Amino acid sequence: MIENFDMSLVDWSRAQFALTAMYHWIFVPLTLGLAFIIAIMETIYVKTGNPEWKKITKFWMTLFGINFAIGVATGIILEFEFGTNWSNYSWFVGDIFGAPLAVEGIMAFFMESTFIAVMFFGWNKVSKKFHLISTWLVAVGSNLSALWILVANGWMQNPVGMKFNPDTARNEMVNFWDVLFSPTAINKFLHTISSAYTLAAVFVIGVSAWYLLKKLNVTVAKKSIVVAAVFGLITSLFTVMTGDNSAREIVRDQPMKFAAMEGLYDGSKGAGLVAIGVMSSSSESGNDNMMDFHFKLEIPNLLSYMAYMDGDAFVAGVNDVINGYTDNDGVIHPPVATKIEMGRKAIHALKNYKQAQKDKNDALAQSSLNELNENFKYFGYGYFDDPYNIVPPISITFYSFHIMVGLGMWFLLLFTLALLFVYKESIVSKKWFLRSAIWNIPLAYVASQSGWIVAEMGRQPWVIQDLMPTLTAVSNIDTTSVQITFFLFLIVFTGLLIAEIKIMLKQIKLGPNHGGH
Amino acid sequence: MKLLLSLKKIWMFYYEGFAGQKSWSRQVWLIIILKLFIMFFVLKLFFFPNFLKTKYTNDKDRGDYVIEQLTNPKK
Ligand code: HEM
Repeated sequence: MIENFDMSLVDWSRAQFALTAMYHWIFVPLTLGLAFIIAIMETIYVKTGNPEWKKITKFWMTLFGINFAIGVATGIILEFEFGTNWSNYSWFVGDIFGAPLAVEGIMAFFMESTFIAVMFFGWNKVSKKFHLISTWLVAVGSNLSALWILVANGWMQNPVGMKFNPDTARNEMVNFWDVLFSPTAINKFLHTISSAYTLAAVFVIGVSAWYLLKKLNVTVAKKSIVVAAVFGLITSLFTVMTGDNSAREIVRDQPMKFAAMEGLYDGSKGAGLVAIGVMSSSSESGNDNMMDFHFKLEIPNLLSYMAYMDGDAFVAGVNDVINGYTDNDGVIHPPVATKIEMGRKAIHALKNYKQAQKDKNDALAQSSLNELNENFKYFGYGYFDDPYNIVPPISITFYSFHIMVGLGMWFLLLFTLALLFVYKESIVSKKWFLRSAIWNIPLAYVASQSGWIVAEMGRQPWVIQDLMPTLTAVSNIDTTSVQITFFLFLIVFTGLLIAEIKIMLKQIKLGPNHGGH
Repeated sequence: MKLLLSLKKIWMFYYEGFAGQKSWSRQVWLIIILKLFIMFFVLKLFFFPNFLKTKYTNDKDRGDYVIEQLTNPKK
C-alpha cells in the first residue's frame, strides 16, 4: 500500500513541520528557564533589600523580555500546519488537541497581559511583594502553558485513555486522567522543563563569563553565576533523572526507538551501553539504515540496568522487535509481520464497516466492527509491506541521543566547576573556563534540539505510535504549496532569530548599569 | 465610582508603562506587531486555510473523507 502515497508531499510536510518546530524551540526553553532564575534573583532582592540584586534581576529580565517577545506566538504556526498540512492527523486525534489547548491558550494570554506587565511596568508602582508574586506567577504560568502540548505529544508516543470512534473517524477521550498522568506524558513534561532550566542556567553562566573576561560588571556576573550554577546543578541532576525515566518508559512502549537510540541491532541479556560510538559506512546486514560500528566504547550491563534496573535483563534490538520477542516483564511482542497482517485486517474492517452502514447491512457492520476492534491496536502497520519499514533512521537517532546525554553530563561538570571556582574566588583568573562557558551557550541549544530529534525521529514512521504512520497523516494537497511555505517560514524565522541575537547582544553590551528596562 | 477609579488606575499603569519604555522594548513591540501581521494576515489568510473546513461544510462529510483517505489512500 505504501506505493499509494506521494512521498515527496510527505517529506516536504515533515521538513516544514521540523523547521518550524525547531525554530519555535529555539525561543521556548530560555523563556521557561530564565523566568525561574529571575524569580529566584528577585526573591533574594526582596529578602536582603540589597539594590545590587534588583539591578541583577532587572538585567536578566530585559534579556528574558527580548526572548519572550520574539518567541511569543511562534507556536501558533504549528497549529496552522495541523489544520492545513496534517488534516488527517488532526481529525483522527480528535479531542486531545481540542478544549485543553484552547483553555491553556486563553489562560496564557491573561497571565501574560497581566503579570508580565506587572513584571516590566510595576517596579516602584506596586509593592515589592506583589511584584515578586507576579514574577513567580509568570515563571509558573509559562511552564504550565507548556503542559498540555507535551501531554498531547506524550499521547502520540503512547496513546492511552482514548478510544477510536469508527463513525466519526476520531479518537474520543475515555479517561482524562489516564491521558494527563500517562508516564510518558509526565516524564516528557518534567524532562522538557528541567532541560529548559539547564539551558537557561548555561546561558546565564555564559553571558556572565563574557563580562568576567572583559572585566565588566564583575559583581553582577559573579552573583549571577552563583545563582545559575546552583540552579543548574539541581536542575541538570533532575534532567538526568527524568531522561533516565523516559528511557525506561520508551523501552516498554517504543522498543524500536530504544534500539535505535542505542544502535542495538541484536538484543542480548546483560546488554552494554554504548558510551561513545562511531558508525561506519558499511553494513553487514545490507540494510543502509543499520550501519556497522566503526568503533564503540561500551559499558558492560549498563543498558540492561538503564532499561530494567537489572544488569542481566534482556534488551531487545531492532531485529528482535522485527521478529518478535518476550520482554523482561514477560510481555509478548508479536513479530512485525503479524502486526502488518492485523493492521491490514483493521483497515479492511473499517472500510467494510463504512460500506455496510451505507448498505444498511447491520450484520456485516457488526462483524466488521468486531474485527476492527480486535485488530485496531496495530491499525497503522497495515500500510507497510516490509517489516523493516518501521525502523526509524538509526544513525541520526543514535547520534542525537548520545550528543544530548554527553552534553548533559558535561553540563553537570560545568556547574560544579563554576561553583568551585566562585567558592575559591579564582573564577576571574580561569580564562579557559570562562571562554568555554561562552561556547556552552550554543551547546545547550544543541543538546535541547537533539532531545527533540531523538523523540521525533526516533518514533518514525509513526505520528501516533502503532496507529497512524506519518504518511497517512498528511493532507492531500499540492506539494508546491508546501515548498513555498517552507521557504517563507525559513525567511521569517531566520529574520526573527537574527533580530533576537542582535537586540540581545546590544543589551548585553550595554550591561546591567544601563538601567534594565 | 470606585470601579471607575480602579479602571483609571489600571489604564494609567499600562499607559505609563508603555510611555516609559526603553528602545529595546519599542523594537520588540514592532517585531511582535510585524510578526502577528505576517502570521495572521499573510500566512493564515493566503497559505493556511483549514483543509477539512474549506473542503466540507459538516463534520459527517469530514469524517467520511478521512476514513476514505485512511482506507483507500490515493496519490
Ligand atoms: C544526561 C542525561 C539525559 C538523558 C538520559 C536524556 C534522555 C532523554 C530521552 C530518553 C529522551 C526521549 C524522550 C522521548 O522520546 O519521549 C529525551 C528527550 C529530550 N531531551 Fe534529554 N536526556 C538527557 C539530557 C538532556 C539535556 C542535557 C537536555 C537539554 C539541555 C535534554 C533535552 C531533551 C529534550 C528537549 C527532549 C525532547 C522532549 C522529550 O521527549 O522529553 N536532555 N531525553
